[in-house]
Amino acid sequence: MSLAGLFLITFLVVHLAINILILFDDSRELFNQAAHFMITNPLIQGFQWVLFAGFILHIILGFVLQVQNWLARPTRYDRKGHSETSYFSKFMIHTGVIVLIFLGIHMANFFFRVKFGEVPMITYDSGDTYRDVGLLVIELFKDLGYVVFYIISLLLLGFHLDHGFQSAFQSLGLYHKSYTPAIKLIGKFYTIVVTAGYIAIPVVLYFF
Amino acid sequence: MDLTLKIWRQASAGAKGQFVNYQVKNISAEASFLEMLDILNEELVMKGNEEPVAFDHDCREGICGACSLYINGRPHGPDRGITTCQMHMRNFKDGETIVIEPWRAKPFPVIKDLMVDRTAFDEIIQAGGYVSVRTGGTLPDANALPIPKAASDEAMDAASCIGCGACVAACKNASAMLFVSAKVSQLALLPQGKLEARERVQNMVKKMDELGFGNCTNTYACEAECPKEISVTHIARMNREYLSAKITAPQK
Repeated sequence: MSLAGLFLITFLVVHLAINILILFDDSRELFNQAAHFMITNPLIQGFQWVLFAGFILHIILGFVLQVQNWLARPTRYDRKGHSETSYFSKFMIHTGVIVLIFLGIHMANFFFRVKFGEVPMITYDSGDTYRDVGLLVIELFKDLGYVVFYIISLLLLGFHLDHGFQSAFQSLGLYHKSYTPAIKLIGKFYTIVVTAGYIAIPVVLYFF
Repeated sequence: MDLTLKIWRQASAGAKGQFVNYQVKNISAEASFLEMLDILNEELVMKGNEEPVAFDHDCREGICGACSLYINGRPHGPDRGITTCQMHMRNFKDGETIVIEPWRAKPFPVIKDLMVDRTAFDEIIQAGGYVSVRTGGTLPDANALPIPKAASDEAMDAASCIGCGACVAACKNASAMLFVSAKVSQLALLPQGKLEARERVQNMVKKMDELGFGNCTNTYACEAECPKEISVTHIARMNREYLSAKITAPQK
């Protein structure tokens, strides 16, 4: 669970680094070039399966853990517990499921269309022709409903990460007075930067 | 102060239980929570038409681990770092309704009313929470066994666990990780316990899972509710011990 989670945490950085390129180039050449590399590079294509495995492992383990946890308390309390805990840690399955639904829609919108659907081609002054994946992004983010859905999903992913980041280290037994505060700080920083980064893209594309 | 008590009543392990409301009057703010329940029970006995409320208690000075009670959504009630027997009525307001429930977890079945069967904890201890070497009889000189001060302090902190089960009761997953990790830590830190540390952690975790306790998702509700304020650093140590035990197990 923790290892798969940490793996996905690194994936989110790579994904964001590519996405954000769309904001720095109106012709979308940078972004499409990066997308072209991700689609065609054999190493990336191979590693894609590792990424799928990471997702599937994290999702399946998440559900198994949750079902076991529900079974461990067959009779609920009348008064809901309000012990002092981090707020988001109590809703990992809820935020997780919504992110999973988002992931499904997200894959249908981008991954499957790029892999198996028709994507218009674009030729740049440099003479290079790429699939215009950037156009897909821009078209989708013209729909306010989708933009709102995207932002809410990403905020929930942020809540998921806020607990998940430091929790993963604890599960691996990495807790120490000297470095745990640093892990927690880096986790907060990571969560805010990554969430804000992803959310900035639809906001900028829609409003500017 | 006058209070309304909403108490879980259940005649026996298999019986169907329900909440029953009781009124108690003129309770002193200086009374302990269990004394308040004693007053209620005396009234019930005097009236004679209802059995007194069954609840666990023994030493009433916070060291035996017998008392439990999930009070207004928190094990051992609203105060921090104490057991129910040490919690006083000054934590409540006049006219308040107090909801009192038994620990809820599959491995802790209700025996009667607010009493639960915590044999599951004994079974976890039997699975490895001991040292096989002789520690009694002709004791070696204490100086003959060098133990770093930090390790001895840490082990002592872990050993202060009284096995009350508040960690399980507080955890949204009914996980026993804080209890098990305190017992694992206490022995893993000391030379007498180190010899069997690898087998111990595996056996105790295996037993804990078999008994149907939930998984740890690091919400840390256990640490917040532990009457002995056992730290979740012990859970990290147990995770570490468990991982390294799996990796370094002797090859057969």
